Amino acid sequence: MIPPSFDYHAPDTLEEASRLLLANPEAKLLAGGHSLIPMMRFRLAEPAALVDLRKIPGLSGIREDGGSLRIGAMTRESELEKSDLVQSRYPLLADTTRVIADPVVRNLATVGGNVAHADPGNDHPAAMLAYRASFVAAGPSGQRTIAASDFFTGPFSTSLEEGEILTEIRIPEAGPGSGGAYRKFERKVGDYAVAAVAVQLQLDGGRISGAGVALTNVGLTAIQAGAAEAALVGSDGGDAALDAAAEAAAAAADPTDDHRGSADYKRAVVRVLTHRAASSALTRAREAS
Amino acid sequence: MSSHQISVTINGEQHTREVEARLLLVHFIREELGLTGTHIGCDTTSCGACTVLLNGVPAKSCTVFAVAADGAEVTTVEGLGNGGLHPVQRGFTEKHGLQCGFCTPGMMLTSKALLDENPDPSEADIRWGISGNLCRCTGYVNIVKAVQRASELMKENSDG
Ligand SMILES: Cc1cc2nc3c(=O)[nH]c(=O)nc-3n(C[C@H](O)[C@H](O)[C@H](O)COP(=O)(O)OP(=O)(O)OC[C@H]3O[C@@H](n4cnc5c(N)ncnc54)[C@H](O)[C@@H]3O)c2cc1C
Ligand code: FES
Ligand code: FES
Repeated sequence: MIPPSFDYHAPDTLEEASRLLLANPEAKLLAGGHSLIPMMRFRLAEPAALVDLRKIPGLSGIREDGGSLRIGAMTRESELEKSDLVQSRYPLLADTTRVIADPVVRNLATVGGNVAHADPGNDHPAAMLAYRASFVAAGPSGQRTIAASDFFTGPFSTSLEEGEILTEIRIPEAGPGSGGAYRKFERKVGDYAVAAVAVQLQLDGGRISGAGVALTNVGLTAIQAGAAEAALVGSDGGDAALDAAAEAAAAAADPTDDHRGSADYKRAVVRVLTHRAASSALTRAREAS
Repeated sequence: MSSHQISVTINGEQHTREVEARLLLVHFIREELGLTGTHIGCDTTSCGACTVLLNGVPAKSCTVFAVAADGAEVTTVEGLGNGGLHPVQRGFTEKHGLQCGFCTPGMMLTSKALLDENPDPSEADIRWGISGNLCRCTGYVNIVKAVQRASELMKENSDG
């Protein structure tokens, strides 16, 4: 199907991109295009203009700096897959990237687009909530940093203001005793999750001193499961704590019946996946101690 | 609605055209340039029949605007062999890696990129690597054999 007509711009600077967005209220940013173009082909999105980020320098790359892992918004999923730094030190991120779409899609899909699109089915938002990540946005009034927990305001909506562009994702730098995992249940390769669970843990002297637990595609946005986090913190990660966390995560899920399954089924999937993700995160955190 | 002059190098030859912003790369390749080896199999970016190499990397050309490919190097199935058959094409021929052939151009381009990066892939690597390209006919078994055969042929070529 043919997308609707639009004006195309490919500015060289963030300032120009932001100016174009403000001048055209019906404009949208174009990153990898792998969510936006399918929506345009179905006429679910009909932006009057597209502002392509591809020519703006400095928007992609992966590096550790100033206590964070910094990922440029235009970094492709395949770059995370091929990054030794991500694969060796950020297992939750490595797990997540591997289950997003398929290998050909991952060559173009960007991490920033995945976060900014804020589809409840996107996998990075839950991982970012579990990591306690933050997002850097550039806009007409300069640059600001937004905590992941303040970013996802509803399905396909974020706290980015008009004219703001997501430029970087920051994940707290991995240290001794940290580890995470992402567990996704999908019907087939390339499908969005029936349900998925992200867990990030910090161990201190054999006990869990910090926990992030978040859920994909079982609500209007990715859900941070605070009660599940509380069930883990202070424990030694034994079965009782994992069971309690799994129950709490299932209770935090707010799924609906659809072609991927009934709400009850999805809640059961969340329970099982939370247990598995927490158990794997714990093993990895111990190995990193 | 804007239109733009773009210049794309396809199979080594540079093509300059005026295109509407909404023109998809796959339509540019098939309709503007008449290279119909690149297929269209779906409307949802799922099937991979439209896969081309965009600056060397497999990409679904139904989900790229032609304007955004301005300045890019594209390889389609027509440019895969250089005069003769590419080892991947020979692998698919010898091992019957196709039936109707609809998925084959995309499947071969993805396989070429896979082998360029990993000359000696395991069966699991191959199945993983082609998981964004769907085949409705073969059941994949002979496609896997074809890629394994291509890997052998490429090694023979580089030894010889
Ligand atoms: C077949 C298929 C299967 C898929 N399966 C999955 C899956 O299992 N899990 C998953 O998570 N995703 C999946 N996806 C989505 C894919 O990962 C998307 O590409 C991704 O969600 C969006 O990234 P993009 O770079 O393509 O963004 P685009 O499509 O270019 O943009 C998406 C939206 O985000 C906005 N945007 C993009 N970048 C920025 C920025 N820097 N600042 C502000 N706004 C921005 C755009 O304006 C647009 O509204 C799938 C896609 C396809 C085609
Ligand atoms: S035509 Fe199906 S993915 Fe492009
Ligand atoms: S050979 Fe027919 S779709 Fe693959």
